[in-house]
Amino acid sequence: MPSLRRINAIMFKELRQLARDRITFAMIVMIPLIQLVLFGYAINTDVRQVPSAVVDLAGTAQSRQLIYDLEASQVVQFSHRFDSVVQAEQAMTSGVVAAVLVLPADFQRRLALRQQGVLLQPVAQWITDGSDPLLSGAVSALGQLPLTLQGIDSSNNPAAVMQVVRYFNPEQRTAVNIVPGLIAVILTMTMVLFTSAAVVREREQGNMEFLITTPMQPLELMLGKIVPYIAVGCIQTGIILGLGHLLFAVPLPLHWLSLLVVTLLFILASLTLGLIISTRATTQLQAMQMTVFILLPSILLSGFMFPYAAMPLAAQWLAEVLPATHFVRMIRAVVLRDAQWWTLSYDVVYLAGFTLVGLVIATLRFKKRLD
Amino acid sequence: MTEIVIETRGLTKYFGDYCAVNNLDLSIRRGAIYGFLGPNGCGKSTTMRLLTGLLTPCAGEVRVLGNELPQQAEALRRKIGYMTQKFSLYDNLSVMENLQFVAQIYGLTKRQSQQRIAQLLALYHLEDKQKVRAGALSGGQKQRLALAAATLHEPPLLLLDEPTSAVDPENRREFWERLFDLSDAGTTILVSTHYMDEAERCHGLAILELGQKRADASPQQLMRQLKASVFLLQGDNLRQLGKQLAPMSEVISTAQIGNTLRVLLAPALAEPQQWLQWQLPGTSLQRVEPNLEDVFVATTGVGYAKSAQN
Repeated sequence: MPSLRRINAIMFKELRQLARDRITFAMIVMIPLIQLVLFGYAINTDVRQVPSAVVDLAGTAQSRQLIYDLEASQVVQFSHRFDSVVQAEQAMTSGVVAAVLVLPADFQRRLALRQQGVLLQPVAQWITDGSDPLLSGAVSALGQLPLTLQGIDSSNNPAAVMQVVRYFNPEQRTAVNIVPGLIAVILTMTMVLFTSAAVVREREQGNMEFLITTPMQPLELMLGKIVPYIAVGCIQTGIILGLGHLLFAVPLPLHWLSLLVVTLLFILASLTLGLIISTRATTQLQAMQMTVFILLPSILLSGFMFPYAAMPLAAQWLAEVLPATHFVRMIRAVVLRDAQWWTLSYDVVYLAGFTLVGLVIATLRFKKRLD
Repeated sequence: MTEIVIETRGLTKYFGDYCAVNNLDLSIRRGAIYGFLGPNGCGKSTTMRLLTGLLTPCAGEVRVLGNELPQQAEALRRKIGYMTQKFSLYDNLSVMENLQFVAQIYGLTKRQSQQRIAQLLALYHLEDKQKVRAGALSGGQKQRLALAAATLHEPPLLLLDEPTSAVDPENRREFWERLFDLSDAGTTILVSTHYMDEAERCHGLAILELGQKRADASPQQLMRQLKASVFLLQGDNLRQLGKQLAPMSEVISTAQIGNTLRVLLAPALAEPQQWLQWQLPGTSLQRVEPNLEDVFVATTGVGYAKSAQN
């Protein structure tokens, strides 16, 4: 039967220690702040201004028009001009340009034939640096550009084959996708690390030897250790969402209760993960290494950086185990799509179950002995 | 009062292949201050941890305050106070906060804990340090705080693992006065040490070496029963004499103490004084009563000699 008095005692002691540990206290605020700015500004999958070269063997008014049109798309920037394809290829090999547009000498004739419907072959060629799939993909999309060259046949203005309507993030800004996902990464990092370190520190500094000779029960210690960090996690979530809104115009969620529910679930799951680590690690350094071991897949597989749907099946299975995957799904739903928490029942149930099982494992693994 | 509070039979603990405690029999009566004396690594701390239930014995029976260990370790925890070798309270909490924390852990009510803490602060001269963080206290103050925390719930058994290793002599005297107060009130106290003066204050003493008990009696009995004979030598070239005597098999040990050389001779010698005078003609020598250090050297030296031969 856990005693509330003892849980309280551990909780307030933990809060006091936390408030007096300036570096940890600073980390609580600085980690979300710095990560948000770094990720928000640096991670940008919207491809713009790919350095490109053009080899215009035709040299006609229409070929120049095509070059202007392509440049107007802002996807490419023609920084170099070459007279031969060989020169352009060399520039690409040395990394000066990432794409080359080749307009053949008979460009004019091909264009005319194509417009008459006689020729179905391309009129120009893009050579791209495939070593960066993201860049080359964006340039390839330009190959689909409908040949509605202005000045040639403005009357014949073909509508796009399919219309695209973008929900939730019409401008397709990466930050809108990144910022809610970032909550998952930062909470994984800080929650797992802080709790695991908080328990291991007691062992390292010798406090644990005293504590385990008292009537204190493992579950009391675990609960007392967890509670203060729930507040820490909530503060961090607030910082990320608030700053994300201010700096990157990420929308604020409509349903605050749902935000609270999914965030608390994830915080609890991460904290129990930290506790499990703490029963295994003997030094704070080990606790840190194990945290990184959890953190890396949480960044790479959770859907924070790469779409979950695009991952191979094995990676998806692994991702399903990680609490971060479920949280990334839920937080994006809640913040970006204004979903209610009960519509996300699968992820809610998983995180709740993860926490319960984790707490039992941590409590069982924690021994009031030294051997 | 002959009530036995701690009893072990054949207590043994291995760490891997290393035998830390070897077939230890103990019998400690209520209200005694019982010391474990021995060099570092002799199994003092391990024995203490076995008696608190922190470690599980590999073999043997342990009964502490009527609780069979390790089965009834949890019931025992309310009845013991344990002071670890290393300061184990929180450095970044104040004296008051540390004591309040411990009081809450032991389930004292608010009124009980206020009374008890005020009492302890007065007893251990910590009243003016209430708001000072434990990390900023001196060695003696830290140790008094640790003792206050270990006795906060008034346990009938107190285990102190090298309690005075970071404390000056003045504080050590004061500390022992408090221990005798506690003992007088019926608290049984187990204390490990490697200081002779401290060991000499105990009611009962076990000398441990390599996990084995070499001697177990009151310090006075141990000194009286020592079969080796002790001589004090005076002269000019004591270093030289010491080097000359040390390798002889009849000599257990030599130690220079100021202007004298203390020589411990093996009990096998029938006429030790004659033998020594014959070895060192012209040296002034005087037979003296053995002290506890002689006992310690004589009892543990055998073990070291044995282990060196093996």
